[in-house]
Amino acid sequence: MRNSSMSKNDLILLFCFSAAILAGPIILAPIGAGYPDLLQKFAIFGIFALGFNILFGLTGYLSFGHAAFLGAGSYTAVWTFKLLSMNPLPAILLATLMGGLFAALIGFICLRRSGIYFSILTLAFAQMSYNLAYSVLTPITNGETGLQLRQADPRILDAALGRDYGAVLPSSDFFGIDMTGYPGFYFCAVILIACFFFSMRIFRSPFGMMLRAVKSNQNRMNYTGLNTRPYALAAFIISGMYAGLAGGLLAVTDPLAGAERMQWTASGEVVLMTILGGSGTLLGPVIGAGAIKYFENIFSSFNEGILMKAFDFLPESLQHIMVSISSLFVGEGWHLTLGALFMLIVIFLPGGLMEGFNRLRTWLGNRTGGGDGGAVPDTAPAPSVGGD
Amino acid sequence: MSLLSVENVNKSFGGLKALDNVNLEIAAGTVHAIIGPNGAGKSTLLNCFVGRLEPDTGSVMFDGQSLLRIDPHEINQAGVSRVFQTPEIFGDLTLLENVMIPAFAKRDGAFTMNVWRGVALESDVRAKAMDMLADVGLSTKAQDIAGQLSRGDKRRLELAMCLVQEPKLLLLDEPTAGMARADTNNTIDLMKRIAARGVTMVVIEHDMHVVFSLAEKISVLAQGTVIAEGLPQDIKGDPRVQEAYLGGAHL
Repeated sequence: MRNSSMSKNDLILLFCFSAAILAGPIILAPIGAGYPDLLQKFAIFGIFALGFNILFGLTGYLSFGHAAFLGAGSYTAVWTFKLLSMNPLPAILLATLMGGLFAALIGFICLRRSGIYFSILTLAFAQMSYNLAYSVLTPITNGETGLQLRQADPRILDAALGRDYGAVLPSSDFFGIDMTGYPGFYFCAVILIACFFFSMRIFRSPFGMMLRAVKSNQNRMNYTGLNTRPYALAAFIISGMYAGLAGGLLAVTDPLAGAERMQWTASGEVVLMTILGGSGTLLGPVIGAGAIKYFENIFSSFNEGILMKAFDFLPESLQHIMVSISSLFVGEGWHLTLGALFMLIVIFLPGGLMEGFNRLRTWLGNRTGGGDGGAVPDTAPAPSVGGD
Repeated sequence: MSLLSVENVNKSFGGLKALDNVNLEIAAGTVHAIIGPNGAGKSTLLNCFVGRLEPDTGSVMFDGQSLLRIDPHEINQAGVSRVFQTPEIFGDLTLLENVMIPAFAKRDGAFTMNVWRGVALESDVRAKAMDMLADVGLSTKAQDIAGQLSRGDKRRLELAMCLVQEPKLLLLDEPTAGMARADTNNTIDLMKRIAARGVTMVVIEHDMHVVFSLAEKISVLAQGTVIAEGLPQDIKGDPRVQEAYLGGAHL
């Protein structure tokens, strides 16, 4: 029944997406990203950005505080590990719920305003959460040290089922499968695919159409008999749940939660991911998340030694000049690269990387006589977004 | 039997009295024109009907229900649709989506989270919206982005968005302003067809050609009060109207 409500193009897109994600370790190996730690990050931040896109891409409400939900999800997951079980299922379930609950509370207040005032309110709430996690809430968050697992944690469900981790510090396991390395990636990948599917359902539903109407003209919506507040709030809660889920998965692959996950830079990062990939498109946010996490990984690992080697074809004086200039952009300074990249994208490709791909496709289609342009599965934005 | 009844409505902005004890009865199934010079309070009065403004005193009753102190979306759900002076449409969406949204609002109410059933399956709503677009002569542009339309087309689109809801009362604020004569005549024909379906309409209009081809009853507003009311032929000859509105010119 559910499949009959999906168009053929959507099924192809979902299939290609799933195949590409599951084959990630092979596909991304040539560019040096085929190892599990990075792949896990791709999947987790892909989920985070997918959820953010439901709010920002569809309704146009720009939240600068989504890291608060990510952090809340992480703390909830670690507490679930400590109190209930090391199985990731209850952890991510409760993390998602906590993200949604927290988002309902913050969204209810912040959505009284729109535009820049909304953004400022969400930013203020996230910074409040961040500071609370460091101060008043230390008994829950363990402050600067971060929330960690202990051997002595009760783990009621595990204990009831007679599961004993002995003298070692337990790590999360999915019915006996350890959630680090590739199994951890595949666990996240399957959830990412489910999240992508749900996001696609929203994009293609009347509900998604209403969310785009919220972005387009709230006045007209009100005079058309639609109540805009619950629509915006529903989008906010759904994106909060995605963020909580992503936070929970971060804790699943590495059972530790720190307050820095709630900092404003983390909130800003998901905005960058979404815009870089193409906000309002289905695939864009996942691609943006992958691109940023990949570049972060590559550029931040460069050091002067590698740069010296890269420029050793130059005369020595020139080599030193080139190295001292380019070293600003790598290592700790990789944010400078990110900033430059982001500026280029916003100026030349306002629709993000997805717009770039579409332009490339049109260009290639014209070169080959426009024959096979239609055979490529539709990776474009929802048709109704107009492909811009 | 009056569908909309306005009693003793007053509205001031600071020291300016925009509406001064306005009384108005709109009979069901008629086309009622409100005319008057600029600044007479016509748009203010319409704003009081749809919840954009709240009158200081007085009552606005629609179909036995007060329209005051409720949200605009509740007023629309009760059966009142409005075409604005500056077209209010969903500029980023296609024409078809623009008309499907009000159709969904009519069918599903002010808020529904229908995520599992895709738009593609809603063939009833789609067909209804396409019919409506054909009615206003925009069906060939159904997949275009609404923001790129000409002003006249935007007006017709907005009219389609209101009509697809089959409202009991349709409020039109200068539906032909800025239109070429040919377009104006098309719009008059369209409105006549709508009126023939029994939709009650309140039209604010400056173009006397439009007013006298459509209206069954006319109220003349000047400086926030109704100075004359009656059948078109009576209004045409009323000296007070000519004085206030037409500066003494003969029609």
